[in-house]
Amino acid sequence: MDLIDRICGPLAAACLAATLLIAPAVQAQEKTIVMASTTSTEQSGLFAHLLPAFKQATGIDVRVVAVGTGQALDIGRRGDAGIVFVHDTAAEEKFVAEGYSVKRLPVMYNDFVLIGPATDPARTKGNDIAAALSKLASSGASFVSRGDRSGTHAAELRMWKQAGIDIATQKPAGYKECGCGMGPALNIASSTDAYVLSDRGTWLSFKNRGGLAILVEGDKSLFNQYGVMVVNPAKHPHVKQALAQAFADWVVSPAGQAAIASYKIGGEQLFFPNAGR
Amino acid sequence: MSAMPTAEPTMLTPPPIPLISIDRATVRFDDVTALREVSLTLHRGERLALVGANGSGKTTLLRLLHGLVRCTGKRATFPLAPDGRKPVAAMLFQRPFLLSLSVRWNILPALWLHGVRSKDERERRCRQALQRVGLGHLANRPARSLSGGQQQRLALARAWVIEPDLLLLDEPTANLDPGAKREVEALIEDIARAGVTVVISTHNLGQAKRLGTRVAYLEAGRVVVDLPVDRFFKDQLPREAEQFLKGELPWT
Amino acid sequence: MNAFTDSFWIALRLIGDADAELLRIVGLSLRVSITACAIGGTIGVFLGTWLAATQVPFRRAAVWAVNTLLALPSVVVGLIVYLLLSRTGPLGSLGILFTPGAMIAAQSLLVIPLFAALSRRLLLDGLREGGDQLRSLGASPLQSALLMLAHQRFGMLTVVLTAFGRAVSEVGAVMIVGGNIEGFTRVMTTAIALETSKGDLPLALALGIVLLGVVGLVNLLIGWMQGRTPIAREAFA
Repeated sequence: MDLIDRICGPLAAACLAATLLIAPAVQAQEKTIVMASTTSTEQSGLFAHLLPAFKQATGIDVRVVAVGTGQALDIGRRGDAGIVFVHDTAAEEKFVAEGYSVKRLPVMYNDFVLIGPATDPARTKGNDIAAALSKLASSGASFVSRGDRSGTHAAELRMWKQAGIDIATQKPAGYKECGCGMGPALNIASSTDAYVLSDRGTWLSFKNRGGLAILVEGDKSLFNQYGVMVVNPAKHPHVKQALAQAFADWVVSPAGQAAIASYKIGGEQLFFPNAGR
Repeated sequence: MSAMPTAEPTMLTPPPIPLISIDRATVRFDDVTALREVSLTLHRGERLALVGANGSGKTTLLRLLHGLVRCTGKRATFPLAPDGRKPVAAMLFQRPFLLSLSVRWNILPALWLHGVRSKDERERRCRQALQRVGLGHLANRPARSLSGGQQQRLALARAWVIEPDLLLLDEPTANLDPGAKREVEALIEDIARAGVTVVISTHNLGQAKRLGTRVAYLEAGRVVVDLPVDRFFKDQLPREAEQFLKGELPWT
Repeated sequence: MNAFTDSFWIALRLIGDADAELLRIVGLSLRVSITACAIGGTIGVFLGTWLAATQVPFRRAAVWAVNTLLALPSVVVGLIVYLLLSRTGPLGSLGILFTPGAMIAAQSLLVIPLFAALSRRLLLDGLREGGDQLRSLGASPLQSALLMLAHQRFGMLTVVLTAFGRAVSEVGAVMIVGGNIEGFTRVMTTAIALETSKGDLPLALALGIVLLGVVGLVNLLIGWMQGRTPIAREAFA
């Protein structure tokens, strides 16, 4: 026991010292900018692919704070970030109208897919989301909604409306709101064999699929548009406008758009650049 | 021619110098009255033994003499010749509280608190005090690993090191075995011989007889008897005091 | 059981590979929580000592407040610090939101009530045993409390370990004020939360095992340091 005592202490000290020394100390970097974006975008792995290219082109380090769309816009309103990169066109246009950004630039789109149990008890399979949701509601099958003011949640509500169902007043029998991100919502759907609307990117990198599969895709309404906005220096003078603008300019430039298009998971392209269109 | 009257050789005892006097002091804790109208004057060089049952107020009287509790009535200390300073008091308790540090480090804070700011002087006096009580060789041992008798000797060293004028002891040997008891008593005798005024509360009447020059018997917060030691053990005392001496005091 | 055994092997592989990102995350977790305990500990112990020694009339209210704040959820602390450090907030000009500095600030606030309440309790227990005797040596209430701190140092060590455990395992505060920025403010707990939300449960659990391992190493180190001092050995004999 004594020997163990004698070596354990110094060994522990060495290990801890190693982690503290090897992990590089954070250096104050001049060219950094904070970007507020969404969890779905970050979790799709796009930024890990895109930002190094941007850094190489401009030397600017982009620090991504990934939260729900609602929170990302709130961070932008507070001036705690210089760039906002989300996927809720209506909310973004409101952001610009409120004066928090001068201009909204479309960047890329991806699509939503309806995920559900492969056995498809509500018979939703196909490429018509409105019909699918309608059948889902009448069948009473379980449906998980993010319920968190995110871009995905806003899109989901729009699609229910298209199917003629106003969620606020007529919740279908199996409808459950988790108030959570895309990953947790998929987790819940996977464990309870429920349906859920997800963006393709998160689904492709989601590892806990259980018995779930894509049931509805390709409908025009499932189109999910991303936009980038530089926070208005008139509202928040401290924002590093030049750096933020550099990112916005780059991501809609041919170089940035090509970088977006080249991001693939398992050979499948996730995001489709459509700046300037 | 008338003969010169020859004076008998008399022992010139200096008049007793008062150290602390309390006059009709009452000490109350919440709804309990610990001392009632106690009047007592302590003189320099005295060795006062306080005897009485548990709860009779011995501890409170000790603390009052030290100045740790407040009373209604008067408590006065007399400035000491030649520099007119206030008497320094130190106290020993039945179970000494020792810091979980070494023996040395239980003495050094006492010196610092007393105002000794020179590090060398603190070290010197600490060494001296530990030698005096026979703990010099244990200076770096953890204080809490000492035996009961050694711990009480350490407490004595801690009290002695600040060179007190008054040493108050609350049943200091009650928890000790006979050997340790003898050692501690010998040290107390030593200290008293050096001129320190001693007030000791004890259950042990033999101890009171051995150490005291004056004995006070307390009962229910009052000083019932206050006599020089030889008279205390010879004279006719009030009934309760007699009963206490004989160990027959009924539980109240 | 599969998820657990999978995670265990993943954890071993991560540690064995000395994965660079893992080391960065672990290093940041340790740096943030240790610094927060140092800052929060200093403030908290001062506060606890003062509460143990003082007699001011509003002391009772202060003790009640500290005890209530023990249950402060970490996410609430995160929100409060976020609102303070946001550009639209009073301390926005410091510009430390979404940096490790903000995380240290939030965790410091989180552990202050812990340090204050526990050190006060330790000191009060000590003072109950020996406060009287220290007073008879001439110590003022503050001096008695400080001597008690030295006396209770092993109890204080447990307080430090408790606070460190609270800090290094919390996720709510650092998530909100740090933003979980990859390579910059990502710590063990936010990484676990991220992998969980991505559905990679074995990896999340593996990171959890690594986190426990790190805390275990810290405790091992503390235990060894204690064993070296003779007083400690006697104390635990």
